[in-house]
Amino acid sequence: MKARLYRVLTAALVLFVMPAAFAESLQINLPRGATEVSNSVYSLHMYVFLVCVIIGVIVFAAMFWSIIRHRKSRGAEPAKFHDNVRVEIAWTVIPFLILIAMAWPATSLLLDMDDTDDSDLTVLITGSQWRWDYEYFDYDVQYRSSMATMRDQVYANLPKGENYLLEVDRPLVIPTNRKVRLLITSDDVIHSWWVPEFAIKKDANPGYINEAWTRVDEPGIYRGQCAELCGRDHAFMPIVVIALEPDDFEEWATNEETRLAEEREEEERLLSMQMTMDELMTLGESVYNAQCAACHQPNGQGVPGVFPALAGEGVSVDSDGLNDHIDTVANGVQGTAMQAYRDQLSMRELAAVITYERNAWQNDTGDEVQAADIHNYIQGDN
Amino acid sequence: MSTVVDTHHEHDDHHDHKPTGIKRWLFTTNHKDIGSLYLLFSFLMFFAGGTMALVIRAELFQPGMQIVDPHFFNQMTTMHGLIMVFGAVMPAFTGLANWMIPMMIGAPDMALPRMNNWSFWILPFAFIIMLSSMLMPGGGPAFGWTFYAPLSTTYSTDSTALFVFAIHIMGISSIMGAINVIVTIMNMRAPGMTYMRMPLFVWTWFITAFLLIAVMPVLAGVVTMVLTDKYFATSFFDAAGGGDPVLFQHLFWFFGHPEVYIMILPSFGIVSAIIPAFARKPLFGYASMVYATAAIAGLSFLVWAHHMFTTGMPVFASLFFMYMTMLIAVPTGVKIFNWVSTMWRGSMTFEPPMLFALAFVILFTIGGFSGIMLAITPVDFQYHDTYFVVAHFHYVLVSGAVFSIMAAAYYWLPKWSGFMPDEGLAKLHFWCSVISVNILFFPMHFVGLAGMPRRIPDYALQFADINAIVSVGAFLFGFSQLIFLAVVVKCMAKKGQAAVAKPWEGAEGLEWDVPSPAPYHTFDTPPKIEAPIR
Repeated sequence: MKARLYRVLTAALVLFVMPAAFAESLQINLPRGATEVSNSVYSLHMYVFLVCVIIGVIVFAAMFWSIIRHRKSRGAEPAKFHDNVRVEIAWTVIPFLILIAMAWPATSLLLDMDDTDDSDLTVLITGSQWRWDYEYFDYDVQYRSSMATMRDQVYANLPKGENYLLEVDRPLVIPTNRKVRLLITSDDVIHSWWVPEFAIKKDANPGYINEAWTRVDEPGIYRGQCAELCGRDHAFMPIVVIALEPDDFEEWATNEETRLAEEREEEERLLSMQMTMDELMTLGESVYNAQCAACHQPNGQGVPGVFPALAGEGVSVDSDGLNDHIDTVANGVQGTAMQAYRDQLSMRELAAVITYERNAWQNDTGDEVQAADIHNYIQGDN
Repeated sequence: MSTVVDTHHEHDDHHDHKPTGIKRWLFTTNHKDIGSLYLLFSFLMFFAGGTMALVIRAELFQPGMQIVDPHFFNQMTTMHGLIMVFGAVMPAFTGLANWMIPMMIGAPDMALPRMNNWSFWILPFAFIIMLSSMLMPGGGPAFGWTFYAPLSTTYSTDSTALFVFAIHIMGISSIMGAINVIVTIMNMRAPGMTYMRMPLFVWTWFITAFLLIAVMPVLAGVVTMVLTDKYFATSFFDAAGGGDPVLFQHLFWFFGHPEVYIMILPSFGIVSAIIPAFARKPLFGYASMVYATAAIAGLSFLVWAHHMFTTGMPVFASLFFMYMTMLIAVPTGVKIFNWVSTMWRGSMTFEPPMLFALAFVILFTIGGFSGIMLAITPVDFQYHDTYFVVAHFHYVLVSGAVFSIMAAAYYWLPKWSGFMPDEGLAKLHFWCSVISVNILFFPMHFVGLAGMPRRIPDYALQFADINAIVSVGAFLFGFSQLIFLAVVVKCMAKKGQAAVAKPWEGAEGLEWDVPSPAPYHTFDTPPKIEAPIR
């Protein structure tokens, strides 16, 4: 009954404010979402909104009544009153009571949202410019999730797909009907992990860990994005969560553990293998475009004063600078936006991207870096 | 009353001696000249910040990056915010205070006229420094006007140093302006002008000035900490050195929340002058208006963390700040009810100042409602950092503060210039503005609820239709302001109908006792106030 009333009133308001044609094709309200909490948030939102609308209608009705009736052109004579203690007390006390009626449900919902105890699964979420890392506490699974939308769709007006800017290469996967605890932090600046359909928005603060939780009702794909300005590519830091039935999730997690373990073994094996220059350059280019181009730009020119150029200057063209180059990519540069990639990329990928940077854009140092070189450097470094 | 004025000495000759040309403006200590300088500077900044808003809206007209680079886009959002807050709205109010407060309380000038000169003249330099930082390699500040660390420290470009310096100068200017207002009001009221007889514009500015003195030093502190974190190896906001990035936000918003009231309390005063004038009926609930203003100012120090509900505060802190924030609705409601009651059974006419004041009441109230929604912590998690917030604060700042400034300009332009603002143009300006401002900001509520974050240069496809509408509204609103420029220029050029001393039938107050335009020196002899002017 209550829900229906909300619906009717909202629809009426929407139709009043926007042409009907728009209202049908557009999402113009909060989503109800996929969890009990998000549904409660939605109901609270509609409740507070309706209270505001009702008060607004009363106040504006009185005002427009005056504007229409009490105008000089209709011969209105001004009254002289300028105080009325009883009325003034009433309109101080009544709003106060209305506020209590709003604060009450808000308080209980907030306490519920804050309770992260008794979770079934924990995922550590780490934001960094401009991607998310997910690490499962209960499984040996850890990976990085970056935007999958092609840069040419953004910058070159290539046709945009349905989920433009809201698609990632590797979504977060969680089980339905389980309390999933999310630990949220950051490697660099402040980000904010937001999935509207879970009604979770929590800042990722560097050096501190925030907690949130969700229990998703229905399997599905849920999309969100970073909500705190985090630099140049803030708009390009989406979040995709796939909720699977618990059994399917279990299967996915086990497969993923195996796959990641195999990947690591494969990497060990490949350390002794030489890649050709062509292979290095091809792999390097794809890694570069996915990981480096956002700052250093696809043409290696960087952004003057913000992100250094790699083409024709700096460590990438210094023939004695190979070790410095590896160090920069593997360990990052303290106090700058340049982060450490040694745990984010495989040895092969590191080798390839460094080779690429040393030979692309007429840098042409001719240096070929192999996975083993990276391995040796990092071993020596430790 | 021991004022500097010799009450026994009658002069009829006002000695309008003043230097001419650039010297008059550079060396002036006259409150009217300084008021004009502030207002013109603010007008210039309004157009500068507005142009940046149009760059933002042009880029957001459709999905994809077409016009600017994301880094430049971030500079535009940052500069737009800084210029509108510190360059447009605040100097406009200081200009109004300079012009009107001495005339409203029957004082010959501001109490500290030389400091007054200085507090204006350092402002243009602050903005030249800040704007010129955009020419540096890597561009100007790109971390949002809220300059959250560590984006503004470790991860910012070297323009940050100029930004910090510019903010310091703006802060000094504001503090000096506030001291001047307080000293003037406390010491230079004409005999009989008791506190509870002061016009509400004077009262609201009096309270605003205390807010400024309280929080501008906090802003100065926090920008200095940003500077030392970036250049002198301190770690106030860096966890690696024992600091906390959230500390920045606590400090910033301890300044920032009172700051938003600094930008709205004088509006309340303006509207409280205009509505009674055009309703031809005394303001309803004068005393409760004063108390409500003081209550809002007091509460403004206890609500700062409602900007930070998603930072992971302890839940009981969140609850405290939610309750305190909701409480602000009570005194704000009192004000709105008082304005509506002032109109009730009045005899209203709808000249341009009244039109803007009425639009203020309605649109500011809408902004107040979205403010209540934002105060509700669990729901704020959904609204926070989306276009819903952008819609909210533009309703209170553009159709709130800026509309009240325009209302004030139309109301007092006859007194300033001696000429009536062109009524046809002014009404055209009003209708163009009030329609386009709603095309511009109302749909932002929807796109925010639908999930579009703020401060993004590109967005997902489901937001495209509404963004196109918003951008159209933005250009309509922006170009409508050229009509305002035309009205002001026409008055300054002394064209149109000459104004009498009291051009508005129902207007009350000492400023209407002096001729239009107001002579260079007013109230050399203080007037005597026998009864409340209301």
